Amino acid sequence: MEKTTIKRFGLYMRQNWTLYVMLSLPITFFIVFRYIPMTYIQIAFKKFNLFKSVWEMEAAGNYGFEFFIKAFSNRDFFYALRNTLLLNLLDLVVGFPAPIILALLLNELAFKMFKRVTQTVVYMPHFLSWIIISGLALQLFAPTTGLVNIVLQKMGFEAVPFLNEPTHWVVTYIFLGVWQSVGWNTIIYLAAITGISPELYEAASVDGAGRLRRIWHITLPGIKPTIIVLLIMALGRILGSEFDRPYALGNNLVKGVSNVISTFVYTVGIRGSQFSLTTAVGLFQSVICVIFLAGANTIAEKNGERGIF
Amino acid sequence: MIKSRGAKIADWIIVFICVIIIFVCLLPIVNIAARSLSSADALMRSKVILWPVEFNVDAYAKILSDVKYTRSLGWTAILTVICTALSMFMTIMCAFPLIYNNLKGKRVFNAMIIFTMYFSAGTIPNYLLLKDLGLLENALVMIIPNCLSVFNMIILRSFFYGIPESLKEAAELEGCGPFRTLINVYLPLSTPTLATLSLFYAVGRWNGFSDALMYITRTKELFPIQLLLYNLLQNMMSIDIATQEGFTMPGVTEGVKAATVMFAIVPILIVYPLLQRYFIAGVTLGGVKG
Repeated sequence: MEKTTIKRFGLYMRQNWTLYVMLSLPITFFIVFRYIPMTYIQIAFKKFNLFKSVWEMEAAGNYGFEFFIKAFSNRDFFYALRNTLLLNLLDLVVGFPAPIILALLLNELAFKMFKRVTQTVVYMPHFLSWIIISGLALQLFAPTTGLVNIVLQKMGFEAVPFLNEPTHWVVTYIFLGVWQSVGWNTIIYLAAITGISPELYEAASVDGAGRLRRIWHITLPGIKPTIIVLLIMALGRILGSEFDRPYALGNNLVKGVSNVISTFVYTVGIRGSQFSLTTAVGLFQSVICVIFLAGANTIAEKNGERGIF
Repeated sequence: MIKSRGAKIADWIIVFICVIIIFVCLLPIVNIAARSLSSADALMRSKVILWPVEFNVDAYAKILSDVKYTRSLGWTAILTVICTALSMFMTIMCAFPLIYNNLKGKRVFNAMIIFTMYFSAGTIPNYLLLKDLGLLENALVMIIPNCLSVFNMIILRSFFYGIPESLKEAAELEGCGPFRTLINVYLPLSTPTLATLSLFYAVGRWNGFSDALMYITRTKELFPIQLLLYNLLQNMMSIDIATQEGFTMPGVTEGVKAATVMFAIVPILIVYPLLQRYFIAGVTLGGVKG
């Protein structure tokens, strides 16, 4: 008995050893660069010491939760948390419906060539980095010499400090986010729209339904599952934070609203060497994100939608 | 189907809206191109809108004669090529074995890989690991730690799954092992997806900023173009403030700033339309099915 299993395993390995050779590099990669860092998470519960390994460092006070308590009594962290939530919520409210509307619009375009051109152009900003976009924005919105303010002043309005005053900065930040991603995010909706049976549209036009009614009664219900899955995923990311976008667009004048968790971790952790505190902050954020994602996914599956896991 | 007059008017209204959207998408780029080609004086007098005023290429000449910029552009280009090649290799090596249903340990491998999509150790643990590995201030730190994207791997795996099993079996009957099946059957059939993923990796590296910012602070010759551009934009900010006190000529630096942004944009604008026909197929494939 034993011998045949061993023999069978030997045969299996002789046929498939190359697969394991192929996998060895990626798996090593995941272990070294994704899993070993996880052992460093314990720094959040320990007093960081440059000269000791993570396993040897001394435990932090308050049953190891010293740095979590410190983080939550830290004003800057509090603001970073608030800003993360605020900017993500605004992004959701403005940025989520935008690609749906654009996809509906593109779908209604009667001229195929023009549709192709439009798509090519609106996808393009997705491929620009936030550094480039901040370069574009600084020039476009420059206080006196930028295009937008030149035009505003010619029309008799006051110049607007788009990037140098907190409220205006938030609006500009959200707008640039839509500018960068709206086109790209239509792809998934357009793909869903192609899946809708053309017969439905024919039947509707026989019944005399106009364009708006076709959109409302056929196209929108047709992409509803996609909308729900994407909405849930977006909700799951509500406490996540990008780094490049707020870091590139922010400046000293708007620190109060542009500092988010990721930039807080960078400035206080890597620049300021407060490793235990910022590891605790990062862990808090990761855990909340996983909980939100799992929760959102369960809700999606309960409502009969395909989950994301 | 014959359209009513109202429907035709509506068609043109939609076209009009799309023209406005196209205009808004292109406006910042046209503006910066115009600024990069205008004279310093015209920039200062707020004359430049969509067309260069007092056309000249001084800003470009200045950048091309400054070794700091040319070195960084060259280095970023080399880095992009190396990273794309390595990433594609790793992605293929990871995706292909996972389509074998009889692969022992497949579920463990899958779970292990997918888990990293939802939970990561975080900025600081990653930083400390790279520090312990001695990779800070090293060119490898911009190549290895992000050389495999799970998202891209899943796109490729979904595509591989879509290739009929019978082709694989036929290749095996011919005596091909997994490796030759991959080279002779799977890769030739996946060129559109491979092109798409290469584009994603290449753009990601060309645009990559935060890893360089965090891991490379002193070794200036390793600064990729995005980091150089960021530093330039930040410096300009302080110079902007200085000019209000009347210290420097802002026009010159404005033009250089615009030209540097152009250098960062142009490679993307060149590559992007060439690959555009591929990536839509690639994205919808992985994006919807996950």
